[in-house]
Amino acid sequence: MPKLTVDGIEVEVPPGSTVLQAIEAAGREVPRFCYHERLSIAGNCRMCLVEIRPGPPKPAASCAMPAGDNMEVLTSSPMTQKARKGVMEFLLINHPLDCPICDQGGECDLQDQALFYGADTSRFEENKRAVPDKDMGPLIKTTMTRCIHCTRCIRFAEEVAGVPSIGAVGRSEHMEITTLERAVESELSGNVIDLCPVGALTSKPYAFNARPWELRKTEGIDVFDALGANIRIDSRGSEVLRILPRLNEEVNEEWLGDKSRFAHDGLRRQRLDRPYVRRNGRLHPASWGEAFEAIRKRMEGRAGTDIGAIAGDQADAESMQALKDLMRALGSPHLDCRQDGAAAIPGQRSSYLFNSTVQGIEEADALLLIGCNPRWESPVLNSRIRKRWLAGGLQVGVIGEAHELGYRYDHLGTGGQTLRGAAAGRNRFCAVLKDASRPMLIVGAGALARPDGAAVLAATQRMAELNGLISGDWNGFNVLNRAASRVGGLDLGFMPGEGGANTGGMLSGAVDTLFLLGADEIDLDGLGDAFVIYQGHHGDAGAARADVILPGAAYTEKPGTWVNLEGRVQRSERATFPPGEAREDWAVLRALSDVLGRPLPYDSLPALRARMGRANPVFDTQDEIVAAAWGGAVPAGRIDDAPFASPVANYYMTDPISRASETMAVCTETFLAAEARNG
Amino acid sequence: MSGRAGSAESFAFTADNLKAAKAMVAKYPQGRQQSAVMPLLDLAQRQLGWTSPAVIEYVAEFLDLPAIRVWEVASFYTMYYREPVGRYRLHVCTTTPCWLRGSDEVVRVCKEKTGLDFGGTDEKGLFTLLEVECLGACVNAPILQVNDDYYEDLDADRTAALLDALAEGRQPPVGTMAERLNSAPEGGRTTLLEADARC
Repeated sequence: MPKLTVDGIEVEVPPGSTVLQAIEAAGREVPRFCYHERLSIAGNCRMCLVEIRPGPPKPAASCAMPAGDNMEVLTSSPMTQKARKGVMEFLLINHPLDCPICDQGGECDLQDQALFYGADTSRFEENKRAVPDKDMGPLIKTTMTRCIHCTRCIRFAEEVAGVPSIGAVGRSEHMEITTLERAVESELSGNVIDLCPVGALTSKPYAFNARPWELRKTEGIDVFDALGANIRIDSRGSEVLRILPRLNEEVNEEWLGDKSRFAHDGLRRQRLDRPYVRRNGRLHPASWGEAFEAIRKRMEGRAGTDIGAIAGDQADAESMQALKDLMRALGSPHLDCRQDGAAAIPGQRSSYLFNSTVQGIEEADALLLIGCNPRWESPVLNSRIRKRWLAGGLQVGVIGEAHELGYRYDHLGTGGQTLRGAAAGRNRFCAVLKDASRPMLIVGAGALARPDGAAVLAATQRMAELNGLISGDWNGFNVLNRAASRVGGLDLGFMPGEGGANTGGMLSGAVDTLFLLGADEIDLDGLGDAFVIYQGHHGDAGAARADVILPGAAYTEKPGTWVNLEGRVQRSERATFPPGEAREDWAVLRALSDVLGRPLPYDSLPALRARMGRANPVFDTQDEIVAAAWGGAVPAGRIDDAPFASPVANYYMTDPISRASETMAVCTETFLAAEARNG
Repeated sequence: MSGRAGSAESFAFTADNLKAAKAMVAKYPQGRQQSAVMPLLDLAQRQLGWTSPAVIEYVAEFLDLPAIRVWEVASFYTMYYREPVGRYRLHVCTTTPCWLRGSDEVVRVCKEKTGLDFGGTDEKGLFTLLEVECLGACVNAPILQVNDDYYEDLDADRTAALLDALAEGRQPPVGTMAERLNSAPEGGRTTLLEADARC
């Protein structure tokens, strides 16, 4: 533990720390451009120079200098100040003074640091260099003349995203950051926009939309996958203008997937902004009263067992609780929050959670992926696996489709046959799991959302038990859920009751009146002439089939609770109001319950949340993991030989919002359609 | 520059070069084979004449490297030509020692004789004129590197004579163009004269 002083403040830092980390431990600030906590050290911007004694009579780059015993670091000595001023002058030699037309203006590291360390004039009288802009795809806008060559984007692409497609070509004054003139093919590419300390890489969809000080910043939770990434929703008036990641070490660190970051323009299109009622085969605009009346007429005298409800992938826990209470009041046992029908054991949390936790991935030393493509099902989670793999000593095996994941793996087989063998201990990877001290397996919807899902679940659970994945302080059994609503729905028991039908049953005639809460990713063809009530925010598949449409709020438009795949209860705040006559979903259901003569026993969000806490004490916690007890396998049936197919055919379009998003349509064309055409 | 093969669209080593490339890769320790990127680029350039995008892709695949990493290397060094070049590549050194010894004159004559600017190649594909940094032969400055060979101690007349000879297809003996042996002083030794006296 080296002990050193920073400006006279004594600090002790862990061995291997840098001087910069020691300075931060002492609570002092160091300006920097190239240094980033989550990337390798480059040491090329020179902004973090400080004076270190004893040592040579020149400043040292604190980001790359190991902290040593008895060092005396001076962060505001004349030498340090002169060094910073000199570096800043060099950086500004070629940087254009175009802040008024630069999108980074107001949130630019260079702008901020020039204010503190820059000189008031430049002594450079020669021509500034100009650099041609590069094509980095539909999400990243480039203005390469502004680039200061910190190489953060290069390091991010290579290290975190695992797609080494950005590089620095040329040398000295002719050095340029570039790609090989193709889009950055990564689901995490948007993060380089946040990383760029200047305005060289900015957001294309957000270009020239707003200045940061005009935006209202709201803390939210991402719903495009089940990771529950922490986000900041930047809005102006009634529009969400951009979405940025929020730091949460335990969930998303500071990364965000491209869909989560850029699909918000879908919130402006295809919106349901008023109720509709189907008359003579056509949907007609209606008032709330008319819509509720149509539902009341349908429900009148109808047995509860004829009514069913399916919750979609982005539903918040509040509306699911309200819908569940309403359905119970109507006497219906037909409830399901699993559009894809993935197997889960109700009441046994460990059977549907990511038990090792996302941060736990970093402890794992063997990993078996079964029927999932984490790169598309949760790109940020996949980057955590890559981070662990890069650190060395992680062996990965895959049963299922062989995708490019960003790390090397042993492809064991494609489907049920391989899994059956592995469950019986007849697979080369079983020995790897047994020898590991922190083995884990991740099973995805590709394996669980099949008719034999229950058997797959039982087999993987048995595998976990037999291969030492479950021990006192470690649970290596993980389910990679795709839907943001899934764990919340399962925790609330939004599942078939006694004699109740599941999603598949409801869709094939078990009910004649079906309530869809934002459920669009299901096959509605088998419903016959059933009466469909659709509550949601987008005119997608569900609304097209509906007999009554109740306009609800999207995830940015309501305070809501989502439980992420680890079982972490997270709250999101309202950034904007839903458009037109659309209302918060739980309030719509509360109003409907009055009309149906079965009023729900809560009138406010706190009362509803208290009700959720009574239904499952997990909802009384927030932002923390409650470890789930291991329940053990429930034997069920035989696993089919068929290969596991990934449930995501197109990462960029998986839900009503991203299907309505123009940005996601362009991404689909750029990254998938063009690739498919070219073979 | 024998055995030119391949086009800009696709590239593959000839059988001989493939053997040489494999020998090159084998020189590096296990797991560090990617270190062979520079000799392989050189080999490919000698085969094709320049480092085309296809060469970069080919070498990247050969060494299991991302193409951008190979491109970074190829673009860093002036010795890798990223455009087709002429039969004689004239690399004029203009770094300080050569400049002090009259590289401006060498540059002027080169430009006049070939009608080219830096980076240009003439229509016949005979000359390519390139400006380079220090060639490491300052003791014989100024230097003009023609393909792999150094012509040293140049002035305007000597440069003109050299270019004329090249244009006629003759290649003058390489090395110094002045009356001296290698880097020895012009007109004989000027130091250690006592040693001679003692002999």
